[in-house]
Amino acid sequence: MTQTLRQTGWMILRQSRNLTREPIWIAMMVIQPMIWLLLYGQLYSKVAPLRAGAGSYVEFLAPGIVCMNAFFGGSWSGMAMISDLDRHVIDRFLAAPASRLAIVLSQVVRAGITAVLQAIILLAVGYLLGVRVHGGLLGFLVVFAAAFLLATVFAGFSHGVALLVRREASMIASANFVSLPLMFLSTILIGAALMPGWIQDVSRFNPVNWGAQAARNAIVFDGPWDATAIYLVLLLAATAATSAFATWSFRAYQRSI
Amino acid sequence: MTRLGGVDAIVTEDLRKSYKTVQALDGVSFAVREGEVFGLLGPNGAGKSTTVRVLTTLTFPDSGRALVAGEDVVRHPNRVRHAIGYVAQDSGVDWEATGRENLLLQGRIHGMAGAPLHRRVDELLELLGLKDAADRVARGYSGGMKRRLDIGLGLVHRPKVLFLDEPTTGLDPEARVAMWEEVERLASQENLTILLTTHYLEEADRLAERVAIVSRGKVVVEGSPEELKAGLHGESVTVELEDPNGRVQEAADVVRAIDGTSEVLVEGSHLRARVPNGAQAIPSILSVLDGRGFPVAAVTTARPSLDDVYLHYTGREFAAEDEEGTK
Repeated sequence: MTQTLRQTGWMILRQSRNLTREPIWIAMMVIQPMIWLLLYGQLYSKVAPLRAGAGSYVEFLAPGIVCMNAFFGGSWSGMAMISDLDRHVIDRFLAAPASRLAIVLSQVVRAGITAVLQAIILLAVGYLLGVRVHGGLLGFLVVFAAAFLLATVFAGFSHGVALLVRREASMIASANFVSLPLMFLSTILIGAALMPGWIQDVSRFNPVNWGAQAARNAIVFDGPWDATAIYLVLLLAATAATSAFATWSFRAYQRSI
Repeated sequence: MTRLGGVDAIVTEDLRKSYKTVQALDGVSFAVREGEVFGLLGPNGAGKSTTVRVLTTLTFPDSGRALVAGEDVVRHPNRVRHAIGYVAQDSGVDWEATGRENLLLQGRIHGMAGAPLHRRVDELLELLGLKDAADRVARGYSGGMKRRLDIGLGLVHRPKVLFLDEPTTGLDPEARVAMWEEVERLASQENLTILLTTHYLEEADRLAERVAIVSRGKVVVEGSPEELKAGLHGESVTVELEDPNGRVQEAADVVRAIDGTSEVLVEGSHLRARVPNGAQAIPSILSVLDGRGFPVAAVTTARPSLDDVYLHYTGREFAAEDEEGTK
């Protein structure tokens, strides 16, 4: 187990270092969330019912955009696996005593870290637009935890899919197929009260919604914390499930080669 | 399984594996002795790479057994992984990392750390001629440099068994010769067993102490290149006739009638025949031809090539088979 953790650490270092060598990736990572926040924030700013009790629509939206970025980032993170497969880096790791779990965890945790960095940027930009985190220090921690865990849930899923489909085009198609519906079946853009009943029902089982509710409780409503904790625990369990799925997918991949 | 008193670095027994409709391995059995360079020789698509992927624990056989460094590849894959180095047909270099970073991570995956790891990496960079490029991102490396880095990645943890899958495919002639010298240098190291696959006959002939010829998922014959060629019983003699004036066929019949010659072929003004021993056969061939009025311009004798061996054991031309496997 310590060997797995050590390998995970070195592999996270590898990916982070490689990403810092891609200035365009860094620029997009910083700019894109701001664009979402500014565009959506402006677009719906005059529709008062949407803000569901928040001081402004931007404040209502900020936790949603934090979560949207996190789970989009996670959903797309499998592209890194496709590129490692194409470059035969994965084969090299697999023929060496690299833990499959470490390969998956390193990608998953890296996606989580990226989501937290984006959350920090969003809260900073949001501050300038009047967004305040009403939950205080605990609120900040919950927002970061929600962002991290949402990214890891979808990164695990994305890497499992990457190992199963092994093709860029299929990967892009499945990421799109999953991410947009899940966003609209959640409270990322509008409050639950304005949703049709069936979407409200479905959204209860949507991990994106668990994250959005937790982050919104932390930023807008300052609680309730027990319900928020349950959302985070559910996300953690989902991360374990999708990471296990990705680790299992190595077997399917190895059978195919 | 433990043939030859446990000195086999690799033993495979009746490995089979199929992908959907293709039977990639159809009962592969061979043994590699500790410390030798062993060549798996065969055309594209013969099953060489699949065999290597099974032996390196990358994939699983449908049936059959394989031991590498004394460990079962299916039951104890992680023990096998610690003992082997694998240089795949396609480079496994991380393009966005430097040569040094590539080697360091590979060493860490093998549980190496600290000063010994850094020393080993420095040593390999020096040895592989990558010292000056060590801290440059591998994306900018030439094909030959990436290949050398691949070899370093396979060697960083000082494996007992090194797998080189098509080490020279895609290299220009100069880099190919450099790679051959590299393999020869590795082979001279004590206790390193090397299994290399190749579809170049000359490469197997030059590098491998013993080869197994693989065709359509099976090992058709196993032995040293010398043994295999000797197993063909004989050498070929080529006679160039001076001014044959359309009488080549007649000359061929004359040679055919000589005791001990077989497979007499006509190629332009040349006659080719297989004989048990070239040095002994040439005088009688020459005197008979001369006596029948066929002046001889030149005569050469050649020992059979692995090409002849392949043809003999599979009944198929190597080049044609290779072409087909590429499709």
